[in-house]
Amino acid sequence: MENEKLSLPQYDIPEDIQNAVAITTLDRLYNWGRRSSVWPLMFGLACCAIEMIAAQAGRYDMARFGMEVMRPTPRQADMMLVSGTVTKKMVPAIIRLYNQMPEPKYVVAMGACASGGGPFKEGYNVVAGIDKFLPVDVYIPGCPPTPQALIAGMIKLQEKIDKQSIKKAPWYNKKVKEDVNFVPVPVLGPDLMDPRRYEEIKAAAAAKEGA
Amino acid sequence: MMTAPASTTTIDLTQRFPGVVTPDARPGYSGFIVEKDKLVEVATAIRDELGFDLLTAVTGVDYLPENKMEVVYHAYKTTGGPGLVFRVQVPRVDPVEVPSLVHVYPSADLQEREAWDLLGIKFTGHPDLRRILMWEGYEGHPLRKDWQEPFYEEEVKPFKSRWPDGKFFMAEDRNPFKDNLKFPQNFDPEKWIPENDEMLYQSLKRYTVKSEDGMTTDRIVVNMGPQHPSTHGVFRAALTLDGETIVGLKPVVGYLHRNHDKIGERNTFLQNMPFTDRLDYFNSMSNNFGYAITVEKLMKIPVAERAEYIRVIMAELSRIQNHMVFVGMLLNDLGAMYTPALYAFEERELILDIFEAVSGSRMMCNYFRFGGVVRDVPDDVLQKIKDLVFDRLPGKTDEFERLLSENEVLVSRLKGVKVVDAETAVKYGVTGPVLRAAGVPYDLRRADPYSVYDRFDWDVAVRHNGDMYDNYLIRIDEIRQSLRILQQAVKTIPQGPINSQKPQYQVRVPAGESYGRIESPKGELAFYVVSNGKPNPWRYHVRPASFVNITCLEQMCIGTKIADFVALLGMLDIVMGELDR
Repeated sequence: MENEKLSLPQYDIPEDIQNAVAITTLDRLYNWGRRSSVWPLMFGLACCAIEMIAAQAGRYDMARFGMEVMRPTPRQADMMLVSGTVTKKMVPAIIRLYNQMPEPKYVVAMGACASGGGPFKEGYNVVAGIDKFLPVDVYIPGCPPTPQALIAGMIKLQEKIDKQSIKKAPWYNKKVKEDVNFVPVPVLGPDLMDPRRYEEIKAAAAAKEGA
Repeated sequence: MMTAPASTTTIDLTQRFPGVVTPDARPGYSGFIVEKDKLVEVATAIRDELGFDLLTAVTGVDYLPENKMEVVYHAYKTTGGPGLVFRVQVPRVDPVEVPSLVHVYPSADLQEREAWDLLGIKFTGHPDLRRILMWEGYEGHPLRKDWQEPFYEEEVKPFKSRWPDGKFFMAEDRNPFKDNLKFPQNFDPEKWIPENDEMLYQSLKRYTVKSEDGMTTDRIVVNMGPQHPSTHGVFRAALTLDGETIVGLKPVVGYLHRNHDKIGERNTFLQNMPFTDRLDYFNSMSNNFGYAITVEKLMKIPVAERAEYIRVIMAELSRIQNHMVFVGMLLNDLGAMYTPALYAFEERELILDIFEAVSGSRMMCNYFRFGGVVRDVPDDVLQKIKDLVFDRLPGKTDEFERLLSENEVLVSRLKGVKVVDAETAVKYGVTGPVLRAAGVPYDLRRADPYSVYDRFDWDVAVRHNGDMYDNYLIRIDEIRQSLRILQQAVKTIPQGPINSQKPQYQVRVPAGESYGRIESPKGELAFYVVSNGKPNPWRYHVRPASFVNITCLEQMCIGTKIADFVALLGMLDIVMGELDR
């Protein structure tokens, strides 16, 4: 970012040192660094993953926005791009990956399936949207979203990062427990079982009519 | 092109096995019915005496009204020609048992497991009958007609509850668990003991520990995937290692099982077309092609002349971009991170531009209709295709070869590393470039011709060593052959209508069965459709190339080093959307 944009305009900087000094807030400087190096988890689920690759290839070149460094390991990733249909069989693995990512972390639901089940919602093995389990920051519509749409979604995420403040960020707050974003891993039973909903499932199964 | 068996075959078999083999007399059906107890014997005769060496598809069908379960087998000869359909019918009383054909045709292995998983047909004698697409412990067999999914609304689409008034609601609101969930009565999740893949690891234990020099060494089990950068999606392999040599392997799939078959049976015939796009998401045009051919066969309608050419052009363009991406991704797997893939994607974008221009979507084209295609190819787009196939792509293919084929690192890494030999490949039902690289010139465009491929002058690409280098070269060969077909097709494409039928939302499909297959870039892609004369298919089954090809993965990998596993898997060119459906 150029000095002019980083500086806060309400401070008068003497003309002769204008190109040498910038006055800014820590938040702005910090967010500028973060938003320009969002490392996505190299993690393709389905069709959308191909458009994700296309967005990184020559024509669209996501690197222009500073988020092209795909990390295959969750330990080095900042952002999980859920690119494709989330199935019940896969969701424990996704949650485990999410739990392994260090804070701050973001989730982007790419495409109709990750956002809400998409064309496969009625399927018996399909989770109707990753937001049933993870907090999603940006939803990108499309089936699959074009690379342009994906980049637009990424820019939306950058805008979100810009608005965050170190002071309020839970990952720097000592009072907040370490596992603030920990999501219990679902269990594969007769159907997918979310540990947070055991009581609910038990009650509904007892009330179920018929055999 | 009807694939009805030659009449002599039927006579032979019915005479050879009197009382055991009877011709299937139902209208719209072909082949014959085999008595359950003699199935293995008849199948052995079909393989050894009649020479049908390639069992491509094993499918179960649930005939609920007749209270029967049926298993359908489609066998072909690798020398070409029509196929042979034989089937077993058993009463629909649990346990539904059919003898396994794994020992006659090893290619039945994973497909029988799929039929067990989804239809609950027990294959007696199968060495490793576990669930494959769902997990062990899942309640019910989803493709049975009396099994209802949690978001069940109505038997078939269009749902009367929504149409024609346009009502809508959240599916979650109608489910007692407020989600896509279904549990038995009085189920207590806290008492559930998860299976945790114990059956999988149990099946890997058959590789016994050999002690050499009095030392007892342990085998190590390594899980690769489902999240791994080189597994081309959410594929998982459980490998048993002795040092760094692979001694056993089990593919674990189903992480992208999107219930294609179940959704397809609710849909009307035409509604399935966009779903086929999402099978092999690199080649939506090829998938459309296969499905259109299958249903056209059942409807017995011709295809408009111009549409045939458009179909061939689109399918071949699709093959070119698929193989280019294959080469790019292969180099990725070998460690040449991303640069070759960038070259591939550059060309792919140009082809996707054409798809977008004719269909409106880059990847999910939904372009074919029964009897033709949905929109015509405008002249300026045709000109673009001409520019591509005459000027740009041949040069770029040469550039690929110049950069890669003689590259010392690539050659030393690929040459001489065995992928699969011809005999094993046929036994395990491998089709597509992998089979042709092993020396079997089996290309459905020649062996069982469909559409207008017989009008063009082209060669079946074939290589003979069956090593990784040949598997790489054959993709380049096929790009060149596809360019040859394209160059002739764009020159000779006739004017005229693009569909032999009137545009319609619902097609009339007579009762019967149909097995349509095409040479997709990954191998044989086939659809098996059973219609009972209603607007929706009774059974809709996809026989994907990737799924059957990985049956052979264990054979390919045993004895090789773990470092080559990623490249070997890359050779099969799997796509999870198609593999798991």
